[in-house]
Parts: sequence; structure tokens; C-alpha cells
Amino acid sequence: MAEVEAPQVDTGIKKKFMFINRKAPYGTIYALEALEVVLISAAFEQDVSLAFLDDGVYQLLKGQNTTGIGMKNFSPTYRALGDYEITKLYVEQESLDERGLNPADLMEITYEDENEDFAKKPSLRIVGRSELTEIMAQQDVLLNF
Amino acid sequence: MSTLHTVNKSPFERSSLISALNHLRPGDALLMLEDGVVGARKGSAFAGLFESAAKGCGIYVLGPDLAARGIAEGDVIPGAKLVDYGGFVDLVTAHQRTQAWL
Repeated sequence: MAEVEAPQVDTGIKKKFMFINRKAPYGTIYALEALEVVLISAAFEQDVSLAFLDDGVYQLLKGQNTTGIGMKNFSPTYRALGDYEITKLYVEQESLDERGLNPADLMEITYEDENEDFAKKPSLRIVGRSELTEIMAQQDVLLNF
Repeated sequence: MSTLHTVNKSPFERSSLISALNHLRPGDALLMLEDGVVGARKGSAFAGLFESAAKGCGIYVLGPDLAARGIAEGDVIPGAKLVDYGGFVDLVTAHQRTQAWL
């Protein structure tokens, strides 16, 4: 009897996806929709990162309280991204500066590095505009929200 | 490894044109379409931005959107090239990625 060949497993190609967030939360649906798509993308085992610039930096502010506007406060979800192996959240320094914000105003977002005995590491990376431009240029796919 | 940046909103309404200009690299291309063509009108408050930010980058305007809004081809900023829908497709294929600034 002929030996049965193992089926060829398509391992797929891992691409670099960056989700670019430029809008404040709650006023429009963009921020929440971006988060939904990011979580979906985690299922496809791609190299996913997020960028927060312009009003997008407001998505990461700590102390968001939406009880008065009758909307769900989705900001705690950003802290869960590490569990989905989404560990690169770039924040543009100039966008913070323009808005009178600084990194201490942002939520603490960490992930557990499985290569270093699950040591807690910060997911937020504050980068300058020119550095962020270079990081964007290294991506395969840029998705704007 | 260049990028095609597209802007489809007026710079008088949104900051997307300014953000796109702030994140251009030499060799990139910037295409203004839909209401974004408003940013390409010569003599506008934004016209001067292109001179400094867009060095080494191709600046393009989608002709049909320009015509629809009554902006004459001769009234776009110097150096901007007009493209039709076929030219838009050519720009997409000529660059490794597209960034649609919203």
C-alpha cells in the first residue's frame, strides 16, 4: 500500500500590521472599532502593533469615567492586549506635547514577557514623530482609524 | 520601501493633511482626493506647508474630484501632478503600502 503523504501545512506568512489611532474616544466610534479589529486580528497570529497620535493619545488617558454619558468605558481593554500578544503600543511624543499631556497621564499598560520568566514589561513606547515615521515605514499594512 | 499617503478630507475641517505631511519620508507620494483636493488649491493657507514638508515626495491630486469642485487644473499648487483613476491605481502599485489618513 502506498504511503500516504502528510498534507502540506500552510504555515502562512506573518505580516506586520499597524493600527493607527488618531481620534479621541467616545465622540466617534473609531476608537472602539479599532480596538475590536485589533482583538480580531490577534486571532490571525500576525505581528500587530498600535500607534496613537494626534487626538488618538486621548484613548490612553487614565481616569476615564463614562458613567455620565451612558457609554461603556472601554479603556480597560487596552490593558488586556498583552494577553493577546499585542505588546507594542507606540505613542507619539509630539502629540502628547501639543495637548499639554505627558506620559504620566497615560494608563499603565504592561505585558508578561514569556521569554523572561513572564516578567512584567511596559507595552507603551513613547516615540518621537520621526521615529514613528520610520516604524510605520517598516510595516506591511497600515490601517487607520 | 515607500508609502502612498492618501488624504480625503479638507485641511480646513480635519488635521489629516497636516498629519500626513508630518509623516512623509523621501520617496513617498501624497495623493489628495475627494474633499482632500481642497488642500491642493494654490494660495490657500496650507499651500506653503508643501514646500517644506513634501521635499523629495510626489504630490498628486485626483483630477475628477478637482473638476467636480470647480477648481481649475491651473489653480493647484506648483509641482502637484494631476492623476485620473487609472493613475491612482498606478500610484498604489508603485508603492509598498498605502496609508489612508482619515
